[in-house]
Amino acid sequence: MSTTERYEPAGTSKGTITLVHLYPREMSIYGDRGNTHALAGRIRRHGYTAEVVLHDPGSDFRRDAHLFTGGGGQDSGQARVEADLAAIGPTLKSLAEDGVPMLMICGMYQLFGNSFHTVGGQVLPGLGILDVTTRGNDKRMIGPVCLETELGRVVGYENHSGSTVLGSGQEPFGRVLAGHGNNGEDGTEGARRLNVIGSYLHGPLLPANPMVSDALIAVAAERATGRPFEPAELDDPLATQARERQVRRLVGTR
Amino acid sequence: MLRTAAAVVAGKTARAIARRRGGGSAFPGLVAERIDPGILRHALADVRGGIVVVSGTNGKTTTTKMLVALLRAHGRSVFTNPTGSNFTRGVLSEMLPQLPVSGRLRSDLAVVELDEAHAMRFIAEVPPTHSLLLNVARDQLDRFAEIDHTADLLARLGAASTEGVVANADDPFISRAAGAVDVPVRWFGLDASIADRLPELTEHDARFDDEPTTYEPGPGDARLRPRDERAFDVVFDDVVVGPVTLQQRGLAAMINATAATTTARLLLGDAFDAATAAEALAAVRPPFGRGEVVMVDGQPLELVLVKNPAGFGVALSTYGTTPVATMVAINDNDADGRDVSWLYDVSFASLRERGVALTSGVRAYDMALRLHYDDVHTDRVVPDLDEALDALLAAHPDEPKRIFCTYTAMMALRRTLAARHGLDRFGEETPA
Ligand SMILES: [Zn+2]
Repeated sequence: MSTTERYEPAGTSKGTITLVHLYPREMSIYGDRGNTHALAGRIRRHGYTAEVVLHDPGSDFRRDAHLFTGGGGQDSGQARVEADLAAIGPTLKSLAEDGVPMLMICGMYQLFGNSFHTVGGQVLPGLGILDVTTRGNDKRMIGPVCLETELGRVVGYENHSGSTVLGSGQEPFGRVLAGHGNNGEDGTEGARRLNVIGSYLHGPLLPANPMVSDALIAVAAERATGRPFEPAELDDPLATQARERQVRRLVGTR
Repeated sequence: MLRTAAAVVAGKTARAIARRRGGGSAFPGLVAERIDPGILRHALADVRGGIVVVSGTNGKTTTTKMLVALLRAHGRSVFTNPTGSNFTRGVLSEMLPQLPVSGRLRSDLAVVELDEAHAMRFIAEVPPTHSLLLNVARDQLDRFAEIDHTADLLARLGAASTEGVVANADDPFISRAAGAVDVPVRWFGLDASIADRLPELTEHDARFDDEPTTYEPGPGDARLRPRDERAFDVVFDDVVVGPVTLQQRGLAAMINATAATTTARLLLGDAFDAATAAEALAAVRPPFGRGEVVMVDGQPLELVLVKNPAGFGVALSTYGTTPVATMVAINDNDADGRDVSWLYDVSFASLRERGVALTSGVRAYDMALRLHYDDVHTDRVVPDLDEALDALLAAHPDEPKRIFCTYTAMMALRRTLAARHGLDRFGEETPA
């Protein structure tokens, strides 16, 4: 059973943005629920109503949503969402093609790719929304990460054994300044296509990087209201400090 | 066994040097182990009353301390590793000063707390007679990677135990693991009258459709039945231990006491005495950082160690009922867990009304940001721990205070408190 929560802004609402978190129970390890929490809080602070739908396997899919999030899981979690993801996959893909913003972390990032090749040689098909291919690995890539992205410097924490390679035309989400990224070799991290971002960064990603939240919310707000995004002027001293301190620790002042 | 003697001597020497340089470590154990790789096995060869491994995510230290106290109160000599040094070489290092050159420990029993990974190394050397399996929760996932993996390690510990397993009936991971062992299992858990408080203790895992466990306790199984906020009974089918009032507060400590009592009774058999047990539990001082209270300028200051979502959740619900001036100190060194993502799996709503006086530690701003997303106001952010402690004491001189902190933040704060307020020094080691 999916659950729906509403978060109202302080003043008159500029509109309602519907945010669907895919499989919060099965696929939200390492605090990934924090991304949804951060988006809902920020949507509200921008003066919009956030309608948050926690989508569980087998329940009705909200194809009218304006924004999607998903996180990482363990093998047992992935197994439990497989059937549902296969069922909603085509719809998700057409929504992505239509420009709906989505943020998929770790396990869900991998599932949004073309395929996953296990250590045992099995090939598991993905949704093909991002042109990436992931191979299982014996070595885990773990540690704090700093990226240069088109939205500015982004910090987070990676923890994955899958090693991901981008297709030839596929843009990464960012360039690795510190950490492993997609595969520890080519300096790329994550993938971005249209308004879909895939990334390995937990942390969770959004709270300390509100510019990524705002980019997603801006698109979602337009889709929700049919009007350009009307942001509130938000001051983020805590997020800025948290992020900049990590940047300094990881890459120094260069 | 000249080799063993040489190993013992080398280890003792290394330990003496390490101590002089300030602080023990795993090093002496390593030295001894290099000379005689079988030293741990030899050392425990004459321990006849039981070799017990206590493991699980939360409560190992408290439970081990209680179990040792229960056994000693019954006249048994017990070897144990020092609080928090839950790794194999730490066990060995602690053993060295007590080891005669024969290399064989003269104790009736050995009770060691080991984290899941080190329990595997231990059982590869020495098969425990008994294991006590507490719980499985997400903890320092950057180290163990998956909760399923942690559960599997505990199942292997249970399976390696040669005489008996004591297991948490209310933890689905543990009950699955213990349900599969060949040796007798004794269960501990909450009494049906307080089953609704289970969420305070266990992190329900959505990936399994576990119904709340309903089990019929058999002989030797124990249930926790609180009388009020502080006093409780440990109820066996034929004996009641209690009422007990612990020095440490909260339901988590009570369930730890229940686990320790169940294990003590299994180990002691007919020698177990309910009155002796109740008295021993009441006398146990809270281990360092587990709700330890120190008096500073006439006001209590409580240090509460937090290291994972389940533990932080339990701590907040245990202490949330009595709001005080609060500080949260988060470091991200190896011993703390380098990933602070888990803070987003904790709800801080219970702090909303009163707010938080300070956040501190290396990740002070991340903590304040986390609180901000739960609409909890933070008065000040002061990354430097000593400065933050001063600020807390200065801003809230006339009221009780509480600091939630990660491991290395606690070590640093405790050191400062010891230096400035004449508190006892403590000789604890960093977990590996
Ligand atoms: Zn991950």
